[in-house]
Amino acid sequence: MARSVKKGPYIDIKLLAKVEGMNARNEKKVVKTWARASTISPEFVGHTVAVHNGNKFIPVYITENMVGHKLGEFAPTRLFRGHGGKLADKRAKR
Amino acid sequence: MARIAGVDLPRGKRIEVALTYIYGIGDSRARQILASTGVDPDLRTQDLGDDEVSRLRREIEGNFKVEGALRTEVSMNIKRLMDIGCYRGLRHRRGLPVRGQRTHTNARTHKGVRRAIAGKKKAPKK
Repeated sequence: MARSVKKGPYIDIKLLAKVEGMNARNEKKVVKTWARASTISPEFVGHTVAVHNGNKFIPVYITENMVGHKLGEFAPTRLFRGHGGKLADKRAKR
Repeated sequence: MARIAGVDLPRGKRIEVALTYIYGIGDSRARQILASTGVDPDLRTQDLGDDEVSRLRREIEGNFKVEGALRTEVSMNIKRLMDIGCYRGLRHRRGLPVRGQRTHTNARTHKGVRRAIAGKKKAPKK
């Protein structure tokens, strides 16, 4: 079910505060975050956010097209290396 | 012959059904369009008058995105997902189902016809 419009989009408060702080000070730093469920708001555009995928932080550069998606969509949590055979072995090593 | 949005409508069918041959118009839109233009949905396409056809044409071309334009929009939306590298885009790239369906079995609609896997044994017939 979709989220109630009344509430507005879920944006991680701490993350938004950090990004707005950076916008005010006009700096660009990579922000680490575990808030995968947070929606990307227009303030984020141009920043790089390191999104946790359960193992490590994946740097995500936010572009205008990404607004409205969730941060987690850009940091895949599963790694599929293919099934069996020589080809799969080769791919796994990369 | 009735030609709307670059599609020839089938002559012998009721106009309510014939309109659904246009990409982007299904049952409910066809009914909506006929209601708002005041054309009888039970008429056959061949029995429509010229003014009725042109009224339908104006209604459809003015208010709805159909055929080529709609196809472009859909494929642009998919392309956008692939370009921003989000999860749905990745699923489109790999030709796997996008909306969280299982892939252990099934998912044949999106994956297409089964490809043979080398060394996989068939289940013995009894």
